[in-house]
Amino acid sequence: MSVDTTAPAAAPSTVETGSDDQLPPGRGMRLTNWAANYIDERTSISGLVKEVGRKIFPDHWSYMLGEVALYSFVVILLSGTFLTFFFQASMAETVYHGSYVPLEGIKMSAAMSSTLHISFDVRGGLLLRQIHHWAALLFVASVTLHMLRIFFTGAFRKPREINWVVGFTLFVLALAEGFTGYSLPDDLLSGNGLRIIAGIVEGIPVVGTWITFLLFGGEFPGTAIVGRLYTLHILLLPAAVVAAIGIHLLLLIINKHTQFAGPGRTEKNVVGVPIMPVFAAKAGGFFFIVFGIIAVIASTVTINPIWNYGPYDPSPISAGTQPDWYIGFADGALRLVPPGWEFLIGPYTVSLNILIPVIVLVLFLVAVALYPFFEAWVTGDRREHHMSDRPRNAPTRTAIGAAGIVFYCALFGAASSDLIATHFGMSIEAVIHICQAVLILGPFVAFFITKRVCIGLQKKDREIALHGFESGRIVRLPGGEYIEVHRQLSDYDRWRLVSYDDYQPLMLRPNARGKITNRARLRANLSRWFFEDRIAPVTRGELEASQHHGGH
Amino acid sequence: MARRSDSSRTMANPVPTSPRRKTGRRSPMASVALLLIGLVATGGAYAAFTSSATAQTPASSQAQVSEGKKLFEANCASCHGIGAVGTAGVAPSLVGVGAAAVDFQVGTGRMPAAANGPQAEQKPVQFTDTQIAAMSAYVASLAPGPSIPTADSLKSDRVSTGAELFRVNCAMCHNVAGAGGALTEGKYAPSLKGVSAKHIYEAMVTGPQNMPVFNNLNITPKDKAAIVSYLQYLDNHPSPGGLDLGNLGPVSEGLFVWIFALGAVIVVTIWLTAKPN
Amino acid sequence: MADHGTPGTAVERHEEPSASAGTAVVLPESEQIENPGFSPYRPRVSDLDPVKAKANERRVAWLFVLSMIGSVGAIAAYVVFPITPGDPNSVRLNTLFLGLGIALALLGIGVGAVHWSKALMEGHDLSEERHTTRGSETTRARAVEVFHLGNKESGFTRRKLIRNTLIGALALWPLPGIIVFRDLGPANQDANDVLRHTMWRKGTRLTKDPNGVPIKASDVTLGSVFHVIPEGLEDREDALEQKAKAAVLLMRLKPEDLHVSPGREDWNYHGIVAYSKICTHVGCPVALYEQQTHHLLCPCHQSQFDITHEAEVIFGPAKRPLPQLPITVDSEGYLVAQSDFHEPVGPSFWEREHV
Repeated sequence: MSVDTTAPAAAPSTVETGSDDQLPPGRGMRLTNWAANYIDERTSISGLVKEVGRKIFPDHWSYMLGEVALYSFVVILLSGTFLTFFFQASMAETVYHGSYVPLEGIKMSAAMSSTLHISFDVRGGLLLRQIHHWAALLFVASVTLHMLRIFFTGAFRKPREINWVVGFTLFVLALAEGFTGYSLPDDLLSGNGLRIIAGIVEGIPVVGTWITFLLFGGEFPGTAIVGRLYTLHILLLPAAVVAAIGIHLLLLIINKHTQFAGPGRTEKNVVGVPIMPVFAAKAGGFFFIVFGIIAVIASTVTINPIWNYGPYDPSPISAGTQPDWYIGFADGALRLVPPGWEFLIGPYTVSLNILIPVIVLVLFLVAVALYPFFEAWVTGDRREHHMSDRPRNAPTRTAIGAAGIVFYCALFGAASSDLIATHFGMSIEAVIHICQAVLILGPFVAFFITKRVCIGLQKKDREIALHGFESGRIVRLPGGEYIEVHRQLSDYDRWRLVSYDDYQPLMLRPNARGKITNRARLRANLSRWFFEDRIAPVTRGELEASQHHGGH
Repeated sequence: MARRSDSSRTMANPVPTSPRRKTGRRSPMASVALLLIGLVATGGAYAAFTSSATAQTPASSQAQVSEGKKLFEANCASCHGIGAVGTAGVAPSLVGVGAAAVDFQVGTGRMPAAANGPQAEQKPVQFTDTQIAAMSAYVASLAPGPSIPTADSLKSDRVSTGAELFRVNCAMCHNVAGAGGALTEGKYAPSLKGVSAKHIYEAMVTGPQNMPVFNNLNITPKDKAAIVSYLQYLDNHPSPGGLDLGNLGPVSEGLFVWIFALGAVIVVTIWLTAKPN
Repeated sequence: MADHGTPGTAVERHEEPSASAGTAVVLPESEQIENPGFSPYRPRVSDLDPVKAKANERRVAWLFVLSMIGSVGAIAAYVVFPITPGDPNSVRLNTLFLGLGIALALLGIGVGAVHWSKALMEGHDLSEERHTTRGSETTRARAVEVFHLGNKESGFTRRKLIRNTLIGALALWPLPGIIVFRDLGPANQDANDVLRHTMWRKGTRLTKDPNGVPIKASDVTLGSVFHVIPEGLEDREDALEQKAKAAVLLMRLKPEDLHVSPGREDWNYHGIVAYSKICTHVGCPVALYEQQTHHLLCPCHQSQFDITHEAEVIFGPAKRPLPQLPITVDSEGYLVAQSDFHEPVGPSFWEREHV
């Protein structure tokens, strides 16, 4: 049940809040009453309203990133539906006769031709294409940022491990949706992307060529792929995304949202705003704002100008051929492979220059998916966790995250190697060598620096919790000693700094049979790596001792 | 070669405006026919002598060539040698490169070249048009080579043919929208935005530095004009979708989304969850 | 801690087990700093001053009005900025004003709703109790009982024959549904075979891409590059599929600059060489030719090939050199292929070397 958190000392509000309940119900109210009654008598909806209507949501800006993802997905659905009424997912050859002069009379597929038609002959068509594509970019970006927030605040811990895996699935589905989507117009840029995919799949040992022919219905490019991607893009993948979002939100409701530590907030409560009316207004308003931001961008900034690329043809190609940003990490991985990584086993070709990047990327994603279980194993902590960690209070986890980000960004940078080269006056060879170095060494450097920064911040927090802020006032004591007066924190502010979990490294002990297993040894080593360097939170004893020393 | 005297001769015998007389030696249509024949003759002759883009430019005067020679020896011979024979390892021979090459290189400021880098950078143009014309004439006088195209020969309305040829022959280095692109070892294909039709044509036909030579049997003069017309279309028609972010593709779109779209969204979330006034 | 309920075993009723804290440091109560409880509520301007509250109310209303103006404006823009065929600028204007109208309509509602909630709605934080996620012992016991009853009343674990055959049937029934997808691929094509051959044959003329005009040897001057397709490609049904293997680059170098390996001496014609345009990495067109360095650059992953050394890889992730097309001239001086490529073109695949 919701409890008002007003401390007794608060001044009562002097503004009259709704005296509506004292007047007889107006016509609007009567209609609502009737409708509510009608529906409840047929659906038991009052139960749902009772359960969910005043649910509490904690208020922190970083908690809204998941909503950004949800809302951009809704925008994608709405704009995409419009597009399906005009787009033709067919690779049947046609000749373009439309408004765009530089493609007049050019042979192209019906898919490309219909996309041009949407862009140049349908009012609002180009706007909706741009809304759709910008929303897709924002969708994946916000999913990524949301995942990072979950990671850095430890919101993947019990009981939310399953939700993490569901969310990870959503991330992968989003990548697939994006890729299938931008390949639909069958233009030169996305067509070359498909060519690369065909080349990668061909390189899979034993079954590669067979799978490629299966996917494309024969030789590349064939006449089937756009139609098949369309089925994936508007039917199978959205259904999977919607289902996964449903599970994701259901688990969110069941587990309730996490919250940052603060006065009055404990592991056993949720403090924030109720769904009705505040959260509904904020969240609902936020939907319109996100949609509005997308609309502003889509009205003023071009995205995916397929009219410049022209229809897909295996012969031409554009300088600066990259996939959409969220596939960039895969393209970058391919670019960073040094020359010559391919060998023969007898008459059979093993293309490590393709297989190694694929394996590395898959392992990276699997590591992301399994991280909660890894951390739970290392800490051995089986309690439920409903408080968001401040990233600094989990230094090793935060440093691992930073290393992962550097790794990912090195791959993205590699994908843009030719653009970096032209813009910074470097050679592409130099850029690729630098990206290779950053890929291998960068994560270690990032880990080290981040961990030290976190520990440094924790030390500072501890310092402030115990001794307060330096106030700048110097006082001379009777004994001749000079001290700087510190301004102590209020209890409320101090609570935030001292209320975090502390772990210590696992003590290696023999098991019931007197043996120390390798598994236990590994666990102890990892635990030591995680928790050896740590700043323990301030205890009550330390606090009282410091206060005893009289404010400095 | 103007034959204006022909048309003036025909104009001396205008068609009589008095009512036609059925009798008489000359048919009333005779004058009209003569007029037409005269016009066609003079027009045809004019066209035949000036249509081809590879036609010789009007014979340059000896004065222009010697002026060009003086400029050349003062500014270019230190690298390209006296008589433009070239210096091994420093600068190529210019014998046979034609007026087009000089007009392009000097007219875009690439020559005189600065320090030895991976390629000659475009710099502010150092010579006046007259001087460039003189130097071009001088180099053209050394041996036959591609000449400077006339304005007419650069006109074309085959924009879609030009676009298709551009995609096949040019986009891989210069990008489909002419935004430029990277080559190996620090070289690059420059952006074509705002480049004059003449310079584009000259670059195609002379193949400056590492750009291949697209001779007139590979891409005909008419096709070159079509390519030019496509690039001019791009220059004259800004993207219908709005700002084009340099036409650099998904990388710039991705950066834009992370910096500006997500950035705006995060600013909004901070405002939204902040304690009100 | 798990109870594997064997049929008929009563469920132990015991206290909700407290989860192990693992390596977490749990301080005794005396050492823990106490949670100070909720901080005092800071009233907002609207809470204290009715005038300000009314002003905020008006602000919210104005935002909603702005939204309405946006919606109407968007509809007006749809009509006022029609698209003129052939004029991309009209498309730009239509997109811009329709979009900004829609954006205003949306932002008006959004900002208005958020401002309303921040400035005027009840602003106290509320607290809700969390329940432990796992069900209570009673609930769990009932759940276990439900399964027990289901098991007992159906005899599922007891009747092993039924159970095993059911599992078998459930495992197999989806398989035909998967098998029918086999014909996504061509029924009668051997991928291995198809990938080995291109359109090029002895005597096939080299023609310009895309117009199909044949090329004479004398057309190809030093420093040129021609983008080449085989004669007759454009007339084929499967033109793009053929082009994806048959696209060729034609260049002319000085014969003394070419390092020709044994057996390939007659593959070039007086320094004119032809190489497959399809990258041996993952198949993009390797189209960038640098006429002075004689390097080919693939724009996708920056593989570089050296034409003076038979297109061997000098940088980037590719391994194999670009296959060379042996060429010569016919009686009229047009360049023709001597045969198909001597190896499969394009990206590597498992059976590539296995004939």
